[in-house]
Amino acid sequence: MNVSDIKKEFPIFSNKVQNNDLVYLDSANSSQKPLVVVDRIYDFYTKEFSNVGRSVHYLAVAATNLYENTRSSVQRYINAKEKEEIVFTKGATEAINLVASSFGHKYLKEGDEVLITELEHHSNYVPWHYLRKSKGIKIEFAEINQDGEVTIDEIKKKITPKTKIIALTHLSNVTGAVLPIKEITQLAHSKDIPILVDGCQSAPHMKLDMQDLDCDFYAISCHKMYGPTGLGILYAKKKWLEDLPPYQGGGGMIGWVKKDDIGYGDLPNKYEAGTMATAQVIAFDESIKFIKKIGIDNIAKHEEELIQYGEEILKKNNSVKLIGNPKKRGAVLSFTIDGVHPHDVATILDEDGVAIRAGHHCCQVLHDKLDLTASARASVGVYNTKEDFDKLNLSINKCKKIFNLK
Amino acid sequence: MNLKELYQEIILDHGKNPRNLRKTENFNKDAKGHNPLCGDKVHIYLKLNENKKVEDISFEGQGCAISMASASIMTDLVKGKEEFEVKEIVNDFLDMIKEKDELSNNILHKDDKTKLMCLSGVKQYPMRVKCATLSWHTLTSAINNSQEEINKDNN
Repeated sequence: MNVSDIKKEFPIFSNKVQNNDLVYLDSANSSQKPLVVVDRIYDFYTKEFSNVGRSVHYLAVAATNLYENTRSSVQRYINAKEKEEIVFTKGATEAINLVASSFGHKYLKEGDEVLITELEHHSNYVPWHYLRKSKGIKIEFAEINQDGEVTIDEIKKKITPKTKIIALTHLSNVTGAVLPIKEITQLAHSKDIPILVDGCQSAPHMKLDMQDLDCDFYAISCHKMYGPTGLGILYAKKKWLEDLPPYQGGGGMIGWVKKDDIGYGDLPNKYEAGTMATAQVIAFDESIKFIKKIGIDNIAKHEEELIQYGEEILKKNNSVKLIGNPKKRGAVLSFTIDGVHPHDVATILDEDGVAIRAGHHCCQVLHDKLDLTASARASVGVYNTKEDFDKLNLSINKCKKIFNLK
Repeated sequence: MNLKELYQEIILDHGKNPRNLRKTENFNKDAKGHNPLCGDKVHIYLKLNENKKVEDISFEGQGCAISMASASIMTDLVKGKEEFEVKEIVNDFLDMIKEKDELSNNILHKDDKTKLMCLSGVKQYPMRVKCATLSWHTLTSAINNSQEEINKDNN
């Protein structure tokens, strides 16, 4: 795998950012886009545009075929059993909200427990909080260990007879911990508890196999996978999609509509109300092709090497404290610098063209637990190189100099 | 614009050793401010005497160098001022951060104005303006004694 060739496929790297070469270490937030994806959106709007699933004219039929073609690509890519198990949403956030709302509506009542973890992004906590407010459910948190991981033993400890669903991340966007989802799913199923996995940080970096993981729900963010914004995917086992009530009502999701009652459409239309992000769905097929062309295993190996290198470099820097020390670390490295607030770090790094994230990364519960208000985070994608971490380290040293640290 | 203008010595000094970082005893007005985007927090305590003069002002909180320095310098400058003067200084500062080139109030001495102008560097960093203004919005809230927590994206 030749990173410099791959990097050339991303137009953003051919431009200067504030007169600097871009060192983009914020892919956990959102990845950059290869030209094929951008071109596909342009071509669709300029040559092929029509709404999908409604009209019978030529363009509408062609656009519908393209739209459904991406659904099939996603199905194959994540090895879902059936095409109908792929639901397009406006993002992973909406995918989780869909499950919380529809599952919560049908199956949760006062006193029931939802088990999440301290690692969760707000998007896998807030939707459950709504049910805490509206239905009086309880939210239990599986706690992290000192390495920033959530172990299966901890999950086991927190499951009670009242646990009705487990919702947890596959890969922490702060500590980088990869959770043993397959084993946790087996555990949950042995107690008849369904499981929802937030796959935002895992999907761009590791091979996914829904039938092997056997989870009930899996949420994916397309813009973190070299794809367009405004698009997410909910994978759900067919039995759930058939069983649960729709999330939003509107055009496209109905079977029949009468004055006194309404019937809902077949899967997956039942969950895709209104005009969807058509161009984004169609362009996302190019993102999958892009990943497949390089090979997700090659991407994973490359990123693993990068993260190891970054970890070594930052560990040698005496002012840097890494957050989390998981046995298996995903594509993120969060850190703090003694004596410099993460926002000051990010501003100073930015001056050198080094783009990182600073803040609580939508994980306030985790930062409270770590006794931090904020942290800095460097995260990688297929286009990053070891030199990016060298530049990061140089800029961190500049921070230290500005703040008169040794 | 370069980083040296943002991180001037006075900012680094106040950021590292904030003045009035404590809780005023017998305060009679206070307010909390919070920036939901970054998690920065500030709690302003104010003691106004019977003549509506600021007898003491202090703050507690956590944040970046800019936000700590801003709260530190602010509390230093408004101490001893009358309530109406504090309001004028706050408005003048917020106007300066938003659009004006200079401070226009006649309350602060020239040296104090120079000190305050050190914070004008954030104008070039739109994402950081909130860091500089959070404590000032919170002071306004404390004076008005509104219970509402300040967490707006207001510049």
